[in-house]
Amino acid sequence: MGAILALDGVSKSYGALRVIDGLSLAVEEGETLGILGPNGAGKTTLFNLVSGDVRADAGQIRFGGHEISHEPPHRRCRLGIGRAYQVPQPFGAMTVFENLIVAASFGSQKREKETYDSAVQVLGETGLLSKANRLAGTLTLLDRKRLELARALATGPRLLLLDEIAGGLTEHEAMELVEEIRRIQRTGVTMLWIEHVVHALLAAAGRLLVLDAGRKIAEGAPVAVMGDPLVQRVYMGLAA
Amino acid sequence: MLSFLDTLVQGVLLGGLYALFALGQSLLFGVMRLTNTAHGDFIILSAFVAWSLAVVTGSPWLALIVLLPLAFAGGYLLQRLVLNGTIGKDPMRSLVVTFGLAIVIQNVLQQIYTADPRSIDSGGLNTATFQLAEGFSIGALPLLIFAAALALTVGLQLLFDRTDLGRAFRAVSDDREAAELMGLDHRHVYALATGIAFLVVAFAGTLHGMKTTVSATDGPSLLLYAFEAVIIGGMGSFYGTLVGGMLLGVTQDIGFRIDPGWGIWTGHVVFLGALLLRPSGLFPRTR
Repeated sequence: MGAILALDGVSKSYGALRVIDGLSLAVEEGETLGILGPNGAGKTTLFNLVSGDVRADAGQIRFGGHEISHEPPHRRCRLGIGRAYQVPQPFGAMTVFENLIVAASFGSQKREKETYDSAVQVLGETGLLSKANRLAGTLTLLDRKRLELARALATGPRLLLLDEIAGGLTEHEAMELVEEIRRIQRTGVTMLWIEHVVHALLAAAGRLLVLDAGRKIAEGAPVAVMGDPLVQRVYMGLAA
Repeated sequence: MLSFLDTLVQGVLLGGLYALFALGQSLLFGVMRLTNTAHGDFIILSAFVAWSLAVVTGSPWLALIVLLPLAFAGGYLLQRLVLNGTIGKDPMRSLVVTFGLAIVIQNVLQQIYTADPRSIDSGGLNTATFQLAEGFSIGALPLLIFAAALALTVGLQLLFDRTDLGRAFRAVSDDREAAELMGLDHRHVYALATGIAFLVVAFAGTLHGMKTTVSATDGPSLLLYAFEAVIIGGMGSFYGTLVGGMLLGVTQDIGFRIDPGWGIWTGHVVFLGALLLRPSGLFPRTR
């Protein structure tokens, strides 16, 4: 098992603010890595760097053996990086089904006809099949979050970036989501999951990474990381 | 009664020409919110190129066939090399750049073709008519132009609604960043849109040049008709653009019959009325 994603000394600054500070990280193929950290720790910026929305100032990002630091987002998508945003960004004027067709035909480079079956399958798995012909802009928040995940899945990713997809869900909905994540795990897709709903994250993540001020402060098995005094102080605000 | 019907039919046919002028603009606006102020000049440019090609090949139809791939390639490259750099939050950049292009095109055309008006030899088609009744006949060329406008409108709408490329156009129009994450290269998609818009421009220029005379500085007035048709019809809807063009044509024709000096003016009045009463147009797309 080699690393599917490897960051080596990656830095990103906005003006004088160093958001990611010399971060190195290796993600094994097939694992689910949970990412924790206080607000402003650089979690979403880390995703932006991996998906290509922003370019790193320094360091290397390798995906599946390719150096991708200088590839534009659409190329990274075609290489197999899918992303679900924290705030869902569906194509609001298109139907749910069309949203998936766009993702499937351009993201995974399938022919139009071949995309239909996989789109229907993904809609079924994410519970959106009955809303396939609704305009995406008319969906409720929960369904938008489902669509965000479904659309990322439809691009046929090897690596999936999930950004706070459980935020704002009820307990029951969050558990359904965890089931969905476990099902995706079984298909062999690697995942990076940023989540403040810690118990949902712990239910699915095999390993945890904690960021603070753009640096890695802890990494490893969930129980060990959650028990780390530094993590407890920085992230949970406990006096240690 | 016959005179009323005549006005209506001639107006609708004229509107077909305006719709042809406007469809390319409608497409660019729908996909990338780009207002191409050189649109009319590109129509005139393609009319002159078609004129030259018709002189060489001896047929306006052969000229059009040669022009179409040139127009697509020209549109693609223009977008890829020039216009993509101007698209962003600030609409001023694309307005200034296309305004500059308009001036360049007008002056280059005047340099090459002089200020003389020219017309593409249509082999007698521009004077052929179908007599339907005493005092009521339909020109063959206006009918052909209307049919072309109708076919291109339906074609573009189907392309947008039913095909992968159309979904790509709508996706980048809706949310460019999210579309990039779905594997779409917006620079390429924009360039394809402009290439297709320029195919329509080639049709418009060639048919306009066959119907009447064109001269190097005609572009801005065509741009005005195109704008009016797009806005009356509603931004981003091709059927709306067709209806907007026809409405403009019919009102102009009514104006012409009241007083030959009134035609263009009544068209503008209706446009202003549409702006006041339905600023989002007759068939706005839900956004």
